[in-house]
Amino acid sequence: MKRFGFSKFMLVFGLSFIYLPMLILVIYSFNASKLVTVWGGWSFKWYAGLLDNSQLMGSVVRSLEIACYTAIAAVALGTLAAFVLTRVTRFKGRTLFGGLVTAPLVMPEVITGLSLLLLFVAMAQMIGWPMERGIVTIWIAHTTFCAAYVAVVVSARLRELDLSIEEAAMDLGAKPFKVFFLITIPMIAPSLAAGGMMSFALSLDDLVLASFVSGPGSTTLPMEVFSAVRLGVKPEINAVASLILLAVSIVTFMVWYFSRRAEASRKRAIQEAMDQTASESWQQPKKQMVGATA
Amino acid sequence: MRTFNQQFLRLVPSGRKLVIGIPFLWLCLFFMLPFFLVMKISFSEAALAIPPYSEIYTYAEQKFNLLLNIGNYTLLGEDELYLSAYLGSLKVALFSTLMCLVIGFPMAYAITKASKEAQNVLMLLIMMPTWTAILIRVYAWMGILSNNGLLNGFLMWIGLTDHPIEILNTNTAVYIGVVYAYLPFMILPLYANLVKHDQSLLEAASDLGSSTFNSFWKITVPLAKNGIIAGCMLVFIPVVGEFVIPELLGGPETLMIGRVLWQEFFNNRDWPVASALAVVMLLILIVPILLFNRSQAKEMEARG
Repeated sequence: MKRFGFSKFMLVFGLSFIYLPMLILVIYSFNASKLVTVWGGWSFKWYAGLLDNSQLMGSVVRSLEIACYTAIAAVALGTLAAFVLTRVTRFKGRTLFGGLVTAPLVMPEVITGLSLLLLFVAMAQMIGWPMERGIVTIWIAHTTFCAAYVAVVVSARLRELDLSIEEAAMDLGAKPFKVFFLITIPMIAPSLAAGGMMSFALSLDDLVLASFVSGPGSTTLPMEVFSAVRLGVKPEINAVASLILLAVSIVTFMVWYFSRRAEASRKRAIQEAMDQTASESWQQPKKQMVGATA
Repeated sequence: MRTFNQQFLRLVPSGRKLVIGIPFLWLCLFFMLPFFLVMKISFSEAALAIPPYSEIYTYAEQKFNLLLNIGNYTLLGEDELYLSAYLGSLKVALFSTLMCLVIGFPMAYAITKASKEAQNVLMLLIMMPTWTAILIRVYAWMGILSNNGLLNGFLMWIGLTDHPIEILNTNTAVYIGVVYAYLPFMILPLYANLVKHDQSLLEAASDLGSSTFNSFWKITVPLAKNGIIAGCMLVFIPVVGEFVIPELLGGPETLMIGRVLWQEFFNNRDWPVASALAVVMLLILIVPILLFNRSQAKEMEARG
């Protein structure tokens, strides 16, 4: 039983390794002293100072805007890709398609960023679009890479779904489109929400892709933070970072809470339905059995 | 108008084709095609123009000229800087992948031993940081590792050293940052794999007299092979191209290819050399990427 102790110890060690630095960062964001390493008492002044920094606030708004668009587009695109990967078993170029969907997960960001920038430059030369790089080009870059995450999350869910419900709907004459929107989508809704929030967070965090494909005047929050951080640790950045941490924790907790609730209510509904059918078929075996199979 | 409509309808693809076509086209246009452009630019010459490179082909007087400049590639071979940057990246990626595996495997294993409810909470705790900007998590370490930071303060307080040890801006800091940032990506596929294992195999082994370590080595590890490969690739491949961590935590001696590429592109505005660097990086990474895709495909089959 010795190894159990070891792996438990590693778990505790690993989790504190992951969380301690963030905790320290948050604590120091309340530091009244201007020197980041000396503790000078509690204070909110760095947070208050953020509101006056109009350049920073502008980049926050821009980043949030891009993250919203990205979440919507990545969920749509990623779900389509996941659907194709799990439900359309045979078509030309399926292997290539599978590779294209999963490759953005591991591709170094500098490569993706550089290649997308070159694409936008070439497109601007050939068809005159995009004339200016900015929100739209960042959105395209983020959507491409977030869709891969959505596809992985959603296809895991699609794979464990009970196919018989979709098949039953089709047998009863529902068109594939209708089945998808009325049956499949509600059943995978929690993973769509999770994928959407994940894309939102990933888009909000990205520095490298945005640096490559953004143009002058479209600085995002991570770019702003990066240029400040390069020069060293600053109390204002501690405050920004803590706020981002807070926002992400809230989003993560919401994803977890809602998916857990959805799962619980789904299980309860199945249980209730089974109990009901069981008790009813017990009372009137013949009639209900027909109803249950239909 | 009517005929136009009919023709238009004929052009509109069927639902099936649309469902496959939209994501396929998007990925081809915004993910695959750009790589060919990178390859093209890597053969051009840097020029003082907008965009800052020369065209590789010209068409004049019914002559099509294709001019491939391999100077960028010979430069990569000749200049010590690039070679050591590639080697440096591979070294950091290799060692930090191993460290992530050594720390992450026991963690994933311990999580599978917890109750179902606790497993969900623990995995949430593991994955939550990956949703937070890597920039901020790395930044948190800057404050801790600096000369007058918390770690040195702690070390001096317990009396291990009487003067601050220089950790920030060294390779040690880069290793700490990389392991810290990529540990969740190792744990996630390992956990997904380990949680599916049939516990009765281990029980059978121990009934037959196998020691815990022996059955772990002979049963759990071979079964977890796909998870290990996926986890290692999820760490190794992005770390090779990592930019933020070496830039913020590393020092001048930390040569990593992502950083060099960034400098060539943004500071020197030498797009062709940056493209050549990216092409060579891709060539190095193509085998790991294929390995990753194959392990992903296998894992998906196993689940279905």
